[in-house]
Amino acid sequence: MSAPNSDYDPVEVTPLRADEVERMRDAALAAIAAADSVEALKQVKIDHVGDRSPLALANREIGALPPQARKEAGQRVGQARGAVNKALAERTAQVEAAEFDRRLAEEAVDVTVPVDMEPVGARHPLTTIQDHVADIFVAMGWEIAEGPEVEAEWLNFDALNLGPDHPARTMMDTFWVAPAEAAMVLRTHTSPVQARTMLTRKPPIYIACPGRVFRTDEPDATHAPVFHQVEGLAIDEGLSMAHLKGTLDHLATAIYGEGTTTRFRPSYFPFTEPSAEVDLLCYVCRNDPAQVADCPTCRGEGWVEWGGCGVVNPRVLIACGVDPERYSGFAFGMGLDRTITSRYDIADLRDLWDGDIRFTEPFGIGL
Amino acid sequence: MKVPVPWLRELVGLPDSVTTEELAARLTAFDLKLEEIAGGQLSGPLVVGRVLSAVPEPQKNGKTINWCRVDVGPEHNDPATGDVPAGRGIVCGAHNFGPGDLVVVSLPGTFLPSLGFEISARKTYGHVSDGMICSTAELGLPGGDQGGILVLEPGLAEPGDDAIALLGLNDETLDLEVNPDRGYAWSLRGVGRDAALAFGLAFRDPADIAVTDVEGEGYPVVVEDPQACPVFVTRRVTGIDPTRPTPEWMARRLVQAGMRSISLTVDISNYVMLELGQPNHAYDAAKLSGPITVRRARAGERLTTLDDVERELDPADLLICDDEGPVGLAGIMGAAHVEIDDTTTDVVIEAAYFDRSTVARAARRHKLSSEAARRFERGVDPALQARVAQRVAELLVEHGGGRIEPGLTVVGEVGARPAVTLPVDLPRRIAGVPSIDVDVSVAALRGNDCEVQVQGDQLVVTPPSWRFDLNDPYDVVEEVLRVVGYDQVPSVLPQAPGGRGLTRAQELRRRVGYALAGAGLVEVKTFPFAGEEDFDKLGLPADDERRRQVLLENPLSAQEPGLTTTLLTGLLRAAGLNVGRGHDDVALTEMGRVFRIRDDSPHAPIYGVDRRPTDDELAVLDAALPDQPLMAAWTMLGQREKRGWAGPGRDATWADAIAVATRLAEALHVDLAVEAVALAPFHPGRCAAFLLDGEVVGHAGELHPKVLEAYGLPARGVAGEVNLDALIGAAPDLGPRPVFSAYPVAKEDLAFVVDQSVRAGDLQDALAGSGPLVESVRLFDIYAGDQVPTGKKSLAFNVRLRAADHTLTDAEITEARAAAVETASRFGATLR
Repeated sequence: MSAPNSDYDPVEVTPLRADEVERMRDAALAAIAAADSVEALKQVKIDHVGDRSPLALANREIGALPPQARKEAGQRVGQARGAVNKALAERTAQVEAAEFDRRLAEEAVDVTVPVDMEPVGARHPLTTIQDHVADIFVAMGWEIAEGPEVEAEWLNFDALNLGPDHPARTMMDTFWVAPAEAAMVLRTHTSPVQARTMLTRKPPIYIACPGRVFRTDEPDATHAPVFHQVEGLAIDEGLSMAHLKGTLDHLATAIYGEGTTTRFRPSYFPFTEPSAEVDLLCYVCRNDPAQVADCPTCRGEGWVEWGGCGVVNPRVLIACGVDPERYSGFAFGMGLDRTITSRYDIADLRDLWDGDIRFTEPFGIGL
Repeated sequence: MKVPVPWLRELVGLPDSVTTEELAARLTAFDLKLEEIAGGQLSGPLVVGRVLSAVPEPQKNGKTINWCRVDVGPEHNDPATGDVPAGRGIVCGAHNFGPGDLVVVSLPGTFLPSLGFEISARKTYGHVSDGMICSTAELGLPGGDQGGILVLEPGLAEPGDDAIALLGLNDETLDLEVNPDRGYAWSLRGVGRDAALAFGLAFRDPADIAVTDVEGEGYPVVVEDPQACPVFVTRRVTGIDPTRPTPEWMARRLVQAGMRSISLTVDISNYVMLELGQPNHAYDAAKLSGPITVRRARAGERLTTLDDVERELDPADLLICDDEGPVGLAGIMGAAHVEIDDTTTDVVIEAAYFDRSTVARAARRHKLSSEAARRFERGVDPALQARVAQRVAELLVEHGGGRIEPGLTVVGEVGARPAVTLPVDLPRRIAGVPSIDVDVSVAALRGNDCEVQVQGDQLVVTPPSWRFDLNDPYDVVEEVLRVVGYDQVPSVLPQAPGGRGLTRAQELRRRVGYALAGAGLVEVKTFPFAGEEDFDKLGLPADDERRRQVLLENPLSAQEPGLTTTLLTGLLRAAGLNVGRGHDDVALTEMGRVFRIRDDSPHAPIYGVDRRPTDDELAVLDAALPDQPLMAAWTMLGQREKRGWAGPGRDATWADAIAVATRLAEALHVDLAVEAVALAPFHPGRCAAFLLDGEVVGHAGELHPKVLEAYGLPARGVAGEVNLDALIGAAPDLGPRPVFSAYPVAKEDLAFVVDQSVRAGDLQDALAGSGPLVESVRLFDIYAGDQVPTGKKSLAFNVRLRAADHTLTDAEITEARAAAVETASRFGATLR
């Protein structure tokens, strides 16, 4: 450091000369511009901004100037240092950004490699469709009822107007629990759930019962000893076949889409009178004259069989403690397994029961 | 019920303009559902031919064929050349015909449904065979294969005549599904009546028969049980010529209706049954001794029925007997020893009305269904017996040259069916069809042959004798609606009162389902049947509770005689199937009920149906049922995380199996305790029991190596099963309240050296309870080896400390840490 300049001759102090300050600034700016890495900028900072840099040294000389000269020299050096600092900051940001981009570019991966390391679960379509159908009923204000699968003979048959000698009983292909005197069966339909509901609740009753049922069918492409049904029961004042039709039309639309209407054909079930079979407008060809003849789903019928239904036989109401003079009701039931096989074009019913993961997996966690 | 269409048309007088399809559609709308229209597929040229010459030509293969020249009429004949007369050359392998015979020839272009293809000219045995001489079987005619070539009666037709029309080969048959309540429709009479109603035609009842020669005894009959046999009619026909054939039209109708043509007498009996719906029987009078008695069987009695099966009779069986013993199982089948044979000239005709249940039970008891039993079970017209006997007798006279013996025995009578009274507006109210007024109802019911009276606001309806299905007011509604048309029912959506949505249990079951799928498990469904073999494969000890199955009377297979007690039987079988199909990594789950016998459970009572059983009675019903809890089971084989570019993957272990259970417990907000147990089918040292308030509710772990081997599964496979009913039953209405602090955490790692016997879970739980500041404790390392003494192991825990309301001071942290160490010392743990 020089001694105080008592003579007041700024020109005497070489580093503070305007041209000298300008040179030091330009040298610094050039070095900054030339630096192309964070490393190089570190060195530039030491060389041109650090304590031992020419501009820092020049700055110290200011104190040596006579007071009247300090302002101008200070301004000159300060501006130069400001310009250098600004340039350094800008350049640093630039270089860091470029380096960051470069690093990210280097980190690029092949996003097409398989990423399914975690196991993925799936729900069986028969589970999902039961949930789906239950939701449709719940949305209508109905409730979902349940009951045991090994059921008392009285509830599976007698209470439903299927007396011991009724020809329809032998048509049910029933699994009997041993010994036969135990009077228990694997329920052949979910109708005992309806009986149980009537026995334990007061009308109005609006319930649906999805569930597993059993018949003594050897498993083959079109038969299984176990299958799934959903049945519905409504007991209220003034219910008729028309309300049954309205409910089934609604259900058909909810499951198979707008415009899926139903039709009744007369039939016979001991627990309903009058009884009907309900057909669904073919959801593939829609009975369109141009397509129906070749339709594989309805085989040219325009309609597909859906289920059985009718007005609850007053004999059933009496056995279940419902006053038939005051209340009437309707009931219906349809298989759910066929809803799956027909909609997904599954030729062999055994696929639903074998447990091959390739059957369930495509369904994911919803239909 | 197979209904020959020409027969039905003749009976109803149906206009030709009504097609078979229209007829079937209308019957379907009348509750006689069409299953199938059979026949009508045959197409010509199928013509009558006269064999001009038949030259036998032995062949190298040992057969002899006939090289025939057949005159098929001027329209179809090839012209004469040289000494070969006009006709066609046809090769035929059969020999039951010769020159001059009239035969049926299918010329090229003919389609025979029995063959399934179109006949064409083809080269065979050195000739061009320009058509085919048809056998009875090929034409689908009665007689089957034994008939050989069909040789027509001389003079029946001329060469070139259309054989389709001549033989009725294109007759169609309706196969109708008759519901069990419409017994009357098991006859042409019944179907015809409904067809006439459906088309608005007046019906001429074929049972409108005058019964003659009623004075005197037909054949003596004693009915000991008039409840079971309310009506029994006999009449005799003598002098039948047993050599007379069944008329061709009758045999054809029988075959079209699905029966066989056997002999004239038997065929007439069957024909009348088809026509009028009344089963009847013809006994060889020479083989009967003494009067007929209708009685119940005696203990130890035996009977050989017409199907040549000797049957031990039940005291509830109703029998037709003569002095020698039983000659028939009433309403089901006759005895072999009184059967009509080819020398029978005199017959006793039986036409009876039997109690429906008596016949149904006997048919079930003897596993013997017959055309007769089917009709009696569903109810035949009890007013018909004398007329049926008359009809059979007249046909025997007409076609068998017999003579009706004077006298008719009629034992018993059935009164008119009781009237049904109903409000006049009930049909409209229940059908929901506004257009049904009293006039519509009355007209519809009269169309069904009911007598109807309107008495004020009530309808009094007396059904005809054959309508067993009309007993209750609602039965009458169905008859009205059937005539009005089910297609008239409007669509009205009823408004249910607001429901309560899914029950809590239903919601939670869905939650479990999603949690299982979320655990990477693929849901399957299996049949819940199992047997000893399954339990052996699971390695269950002989006295294991899970071997006590609910057994079935009629299982599909002897290997699976009952219901399963664990979902693992089906699940491991499915796992084996997947492994067998080449899947290395398999993770399956099933939710379903299993069935467990309840000790000393009573038989389920059968209550009456005229009232609701009391609550106590209902409780007895429920007490009889086995336990049938809903379970969830799972199994994992191979890799849990797949090997690949990211790493070697990770095999499923016992820990994954346990984790599924804890995951379900978390989903349901229940606390499951885990205990080590040794239990089949698990590895004895790698099985966890899950406890809920001290009750075991499930197990999981690694499967026993022998179980894996038995199911063909890869080593180290794991599984688990829990009782969902128990878990869901314990689930609180609300999950836990979230409690957490925003103050800083202090993380402490503590490694302890403990005896090998100390259970990490216990120590972790103790540390978690070692002070109010402990937020969580998690085991992060287990070590046993050189760095710790023999018999010891090191357990390292990550302990997180945090206060609810302030930042922890160093002193607090030190104190909490000391408390943790102190707690661990109770397990003999020393800080490492």
